[in-house]
Amino acid sequence: MTAPQWCGCAALWLGAWALVEFIVRRGPRRGWAGRAAAVAVPAIFGATLLFWWEAIVRGLGVPAVILPPPSAIAARIAASPGLLAADFAQTMKGLAAGYIAGCGGGALVALAIDRVPFLQRGLLPLGTFASALPVVGVAPIMVMWFGFDWPSKAAVVAAMTFFPMLVNCDAGLRATTALDRDLMSTWAAPYGMALRKMRLPAALPFVFNGLKLCTTLALIGAVVAEFFGTPIVGMGFRINAEVGRMNIDTVWATITVAALSGTLLYGLVALVERRATFWHPSFRGRRS
Amino acid sequence: MSTDAALPLRRPAPRGRLGAGLRALAGRAAPVLTVVLVLVAAWYAAAVAMNADGQRQAFERAGTADAGWRAFVAGTWAQGHPRLPAPHQVAAEIAHSVLDVSPTSKRSLAFHAAVTLQATALGFLLGAAVGFALSLLVVHVPSLDRGLMPWIVASQAVPIVALAPMIVVILAQVSVTGLLPKAAIAAYLSFFPVAVGMAKGLRSPEPSHVDLLRTYSASRWQALRVLRLPASLPFLFASLKVGVAASLVGTVVAEVTKSEDGGLGARLLAGSYYGQTVQIWAALVVASACGAALVGLVAAVEAAVLRRMGAGR
Repeated sequence: MTAPQWCGCAALWLGAWALVEFIVRRGPRRGWAGRAAAVAVPAIFGATLLFWWEAIVRGLGVPAVILPPPSAIAARIAASPGLLAADFAQTMKGLAAGYIAGCGGGALVALAIDRVPFLQRGLLPLGTFASALPVVGVAPIMVMWFGFDWPSKAAVVAAMTFFPMLVNCDAGLRATTALDRDLMSTWAAPYGMALRKMRLPAALPFVFNGLKLCTTLALIGAVVAEFFGTPIVGMGFRINAEVGRMNIDTVWATITVAALSGTLLYGLVALVERRATFWHPSFRGRRS
Repeated sequence: MSTDAALPLRRPAPRGRLGAGLRALAGRAAPVLTVVLVLVAAWYAAAVAMNADGQRQAFERAGTADAGWRAFVAGTWAQGHPRLPAPHQVAAEIAHSVLDVSPTSKRSLAFHAAVTLQATALGFLLGAAVGFALSLLVVHVPSLDRGLMPWIVASQAVPIVALAPMIVVILAQVSVTGLLPKAAIAAYLSFFPVAVGMAKGLRSPEPSHVDLLRTYSASRWQALRVLRLPASLPFLFASLKVGVAASLVGTVVAEVTKSEDGGLGARLLAGSYYGQTVQIWAALVVASACGAALVGLVAAVEAAVLRRMGAGR
C-alpha cells in the first residue's frame, strides 16, 4: 500500500474515533435512540478493528497462512456452510446434553444439601476448591470411558459445569435475609412454599450468574474434549485438523462460528434472565 | 479504613481462645473430611465396578475364575491398564515418577510440572498486566468503556482454547517458540477476570469519597493512588485467583496441542494415546495440586498485603 492509502486509513480511523467520542459525550441516552447508541459504539469499534485487520494484512502483505484477512474468512464461511453446520451440530449435541446434566445436577444437589447443613459445610469448600482445578483435564479419561462420539463431550461439559453451578445455586439459596425468613414463618409457610415463593425467586440472580458462567465453560469443555478424539466432525476436531493442513482460513471460519455460538448461548441465557428477574435492581435501574 | 462500621460484629471468643479455635477448626474440617472420605470410598467402589469386566477376563485367561471375591477385588485395584485406577495406584505412580526418577528426565512428573508452571506463571503475569492496563483505560476513558468493554466481554464467549492450536502454529511461523506461545494462551485466558474485576474495583469507592478528593483538587493520578487503587485491592485479589486458575487451564490445553516440549498437558495426551490411565490420573492430580498451590499462593499474598494495609486483623 502507498503512503496516501495509509493516510486515508488513518483518517477513516480518526473519523470513527471522533464519532464514538461524539456519541458518548453528546449522544442520546434514553429511549430507542439511547439503545441504538449503546449498540452503535461497540459496533463502530468492532468495524474499525476489522478494517485495520484487513488493511494491515493486505497492506503489509501478510501471508494467508499466518493471518488471513476478514474478507477471506467471510468468503470461506459463505463457501462451506454445510461443513460448518455439521461441525456445529456435532459439538452442540455434546454441549447441550452436558450443560443440562451439569447445571441441572448442580442445582439439584444444591437444593438437596440445603436441608443438610453438614453436607453443605462438607461439599461447598470442595466446590470452591474445584474452581482452582483444571477440570478440563478429565477429557482424555471421558473419551476413554464414553467413546469418541458426543457422550464423552457431554461428560466433560457436565464435569466442568457441575461445581460452579452448585456453588452459585447455594449462594442464591442463602440470599434471603433473616427478616424475610421470619416473615415466612409468621405466616406459617411450610418449607416447600417458602422455597417456591421466596427463596427460589431470591436465588434467581445467582442461578443465572452460574448459568452464564457455565455457557463459557461448557463451550471450552466441548471443544477441548474434541482434541482428544472424535468421529471426524466437530468444531474442535476441525480446528485441530485444519491447523495441521495449514488451511488457516477454515480454522478462522470455524472459530467465527464457535464465537458466534458462544455469544448466542450467552445472549440467550441473558435474555431469559432479563425476562425472569425483571424485578432485580440491576435491570430496573437501566430503564429509567 | 471507613469500612469498619460495616463489618459484622464478631462474637467474642468464649473462655480459652485456643480451645475455641481448635473447636471451630474441627467444626469446619470434620464435614469436609467426611465428604472426602466418602468420595475416596466411592472411588474404590467405582474402581471395582469399572474394572470388573477386565478382571474377569484376566482371571479366565489365567484359569483362576474361582479365585474368590477377595482376590477379585484386590485384582481390580492392581491392574496395569485399568479403566479407573484406584487412588493408591495413582499415588504410587506420582511417588514413583517424582521421587525415583531424576527431576531433569522426561519421565519425571516434577519436570513436566515445572514446564507447566513456568508457562503458567509467565502467562499469568502477562495476562494480569494486560488486564490491569485495560481496566485503567476503561475506567478513565468513557468512549473506551462503551466501545471496548462489550468486546472484552464478548471475547470470553469465544472458546479461547479453540485458538490454542492456531496461536501455536502462527507464532511458530514468525519463529516464536518455546514458552511464549503457551504463555500467550494462558495470558488470553487470564486477562479477562482481572480486567473486569479491576474495572469494578476501581469504580467501587463511594461517590462521596470521589467528591471529597475533587474538593481537594486532587489530580486523576492522585485520586487513583490514594483512593481507587486501595479500594480495588479486594477485587484485584479475587480476580487474580480466578485468573491464575484460568491460566493453568490455558497452559495445560496449549500443551495438549503443542506436546513436544513436555508439560502436564503433554502427559495427558501421551497417556490417552497409549492407554496409560494411571499416568493420565497422575498428571491430572499433579495439575490439580499445582492449581490449588497457585491459588493458595495468591491468597497468601492477599493476606499479607491486606494485613499491611491494616484491613486483615
